[in-house]
Amino acid sequence: MIASFTSSRGRSAWVVLLAFGILAIAIGAMLFLGGYSPQAAATALWHGSLGSWYSITSATLVRAVPLMLTGCAVAVAFRGGVFNIGAEGQLLVGAAAAAATALSLPSGGAFTICVALVAGALAGGAWAAIAALLRARFGVLEVISTIMLNFVALHGVSYLVRGSLQEPTRIYPQSSTIADALQLPRFPGAGRLHVGLILALILLAACGWIFRFTASGFRLQSVGQSPSAAATAGLVDIRSVTVMAFLSSGALAGLAGAVEVLGVTYALYENISPGYGYTAIAVALLADLDPWRIVASATLFGALEAGGAAMQRDANIPSSFVSMIEALLLLAVVGTQTVRRRSRIDGIAESDGAVTAT
Amino acid sequence: MTGSTFDLAPPLALELSHITKHYARTTALTDASLRVRAGTVHAILGENGAGKTTLMRVAYGLSRADSGEVRVRGERVHFATPADAIAAGIGMVHQHLTLVPAMTVAENIALGGRGLLRTTEMVRRVEELTARTGFALDPRARIEDLSVGAQQRVEIAKALTRNAAILILDEPTAVLAPAETDNLLRWLRAYAEEGRSALLITHKLRDALAVADDITVLRAGRVVFSGAAAASTIPQLTSAMLGATFTYTPPPAAHRSAQSGLPVLGAEDISVVDSTGRTRVRAATLVVRAGERVGIAAIEGAGQRELLRALSGRMPIASGRLTIPAVVGFVPEDRYGDALLPDGSLVENVALRGAGHRRGLMPWAGLRALTSRLLAHHDVRARNGAQVARTLSGGNQQKLVLAREMGATTDQPSPLAIVVENPTRGLDVHATAAVHDRLREASANGAAVLVYSSDLDELLAITTRVVVMFDGVLTEVATDRRLIGEGMLGLNAAATATPAVTP
Repeated sequence: MIASFTSSRGRSAWVVLLAFGILAIAIGAMLFLGGYSPQAAATALWHGSLGSWYSITSATLVRAVPLMLTGCAVAVAFRGGVFNIGAEGQLLVGAAAAAATALSLPSGGAFTICVALVAGALAGGAWAAIAALLRARFGVLEVISTIMLNFVALHGVSYLVRGSLQEPTRIYPQSSTIADALQLPRFPGAGRLHVGLILALILLAACGWIFRFTASGFRLQSVGQSPSAAATAGLVDIRSVTVMAFLSSGALAGLAGAVEVLGVTYALYENISPGYGYTAIAVALLADLDPWRIVASATLFGALEAGGAAMQRDANIPSSFVSMIEALLLLAVVGTQTVRRRSRIDGIAESDGAVTAT
Repeated sequence: MTGSTFDLAPPLALELSHITKHYARTTALTDASLRVRAGTVHAILGENGAGKTTLMRVAYGLSRADSGEVRVRGERVHFATPADAIAAGIGMVHQHLTLVPAMTVAENIALGGRGLLRTTEMVRRVEELTARTGFALDPRARIEDLSVGAQQRVEIAKALTRNAAILILDEPTAVLAPAETDNLLRWLRAYAEEGRSALLITHKLRDALAVADDITVLRAGRVVFSGAAAASTIPQLTSAMLGATFTYTPPPAAHRSAQSGLPVLGAEDISVVDSTGRTRVRAATLVVRAGERVGIAAIEGAGQRELLRALSGRMPIASGRLTIPAVVGFVPEDRYGDALLPDGSLVENVALRGAGHRRGLMPWAGLRALTSRLLAHHDVRARNGAQVARTLSGGNQQKLVLAREMGATTDQPSPLAIVVENPTRGLDVHATAAVHDRLREASANGAAVLVYSSDLDELLAITTRVVVMFDGVLTEVATDRRLIGEGMLGLNAAATATPAVTP
């Protein structure tokens, strides 16, 4: 909650720095043993992510946008005690819905873009609603159901791009390109960076404001912390809060998919997401579920994804190495989370001991 | 009681000498010594936080003393883990039971063993044990289906199957109804008479005097009294526990005010069905009037839990008519789980009341001011409203919950009715007195107060009227200890089957 999330910030920053330092050394050693030049890799990583204005905007920030939106989706769910692991699936469904809407609507313009974005958000929310219903009605754990629904969504997209949404020549497994008028505008002089960034920042700010200042945000977090206390002491309707958390989380992830289609890929195809919905969990946890810090952690992960691609392209480091590095990063995140949580619990145990011992 | 003055005296069963234990910032024990004779029940008295549990943790290998020594039957021992203590014949029954709810009695007892799991062998051993000790335990019953008293017997049985000759019980009577307490104390006597030793950690003087041979009193980590129970008096022990400056006596029962105002809480023929489909409250009729403090006397699981939740608007009724005000203050038994956000700040915990109905923005400024007022007025010892709730002591947590549930908030007036469930469970004498004062104050200000406490003495001390609940049925009885006790066990259902309605 508001107070408790801030208490361990100082110490945890050092833990994270230390973990990432060790990680950098480990990755360097790994590259060296694999016969690649760590120096070339580092150079490629830097140039591909933050080394130039082009790479900052067109590589790093373009990748950070979907991570911000899906990270926000994960934060909303986790704060409400809903373990939505299905941002990936919700993103894919949102992308498909936005693509279908954009391809079927005749007129262009801002209004149509908005309709397509809303369609993506609604589709993501509807996809999450399946898991919400399964949990509210039958007590199915959302950790299981949302993961399973990710695969359903993935193969659903595969089917669509070979079926009803396939491009007219029927050669490539992808949809037609959406009309220029329906593509999200780009920032002038910022390469591929599109206005989806503004949308993501606005939504993160809105979520931060809702968490902090509104009654519904407080309800969400009280249910996330202790459902029984929220129900008994706060007379909160747990079920409706939980369902709302599912729906808003799904809508944010669906919107991420819509923004990706309208702002980056301009068409639906199978590998439209390199796992943004999964990385989002790391993004949100690294930021302690705080919307403002999600901006930073999403940018960090965006830079790593961009730098990884450059390592493959410029330093000839095979993609499997890049995947390994990304997996190691995820491990480091999970590891630091555990360490920080444990140090928090130790702190509590200490103070508990002090209280009972006086 | 010094066994060593006689040459022929048997060695002490357990001896802790000059134990000192520091935690990060505080000293839990200072030069504490304890001598437990074989064949006796030894009570360790003290307020919450006096160091009783820490001393026993040292004896059981859960904590290591900074200095001092532990001897079992005269032999110096160094326990690194509880397993070492168990091997030396020490058993411990913790205050919070450590059983697996979904497993059977026999399986729980087998837990912690090594090698193959021989369930039939365990069942046989439990049956043998019940035959020997007179414990009523079905080895095949699931823990979740048992009452708290029976679960505690399982914990004891667990220790006994590991051949414990020294049994440590941490506040065992805190969760028990009077009849169950009597049974347990009687059993402890018999256990000691077989030549073994029992250590009873408690803050209830009555239990200690009823059963113990020797009594040791701890205050602020030091042993302040040690002697034979037969030679100890209540005033002597009270002043040892509390220090000479503090004496608390509950106001006499005659002080009860009979005048009562308008009905505030009303239940007419209500029945309540729990989540598993069992009918827990049957056709209960009860009226609590403004200014009244009504007590419910019942043994564990008689339906009082569901009745309290129905009357406080926390649980739906299956049939009947319920008249309750829009806002009912409710203090549940499990304050940590049901009343507090342990990781939230005190302000957030105060904000929790009414969270379900609040619209728009959170009035944080008003809530911060309210929290400061509540902390000051209800004597909650906390740094400020930003402190995290779990770092408060149990007594201060309960004071915070009471303060929140009884007062006005930023958008709600003080509730007209307050329902409290075991409000002083686990609290020390000071905190208990504070809670009692608050409840009296609330009714003096015109609130209707409904109390359930598993401690009958407490119920009689703080209420103006008592109703008895047994197996979901409410009956009104005279305020008489014996009649209430019989009613709680369902013995006088026929004799006083008058419905519990005030005229």
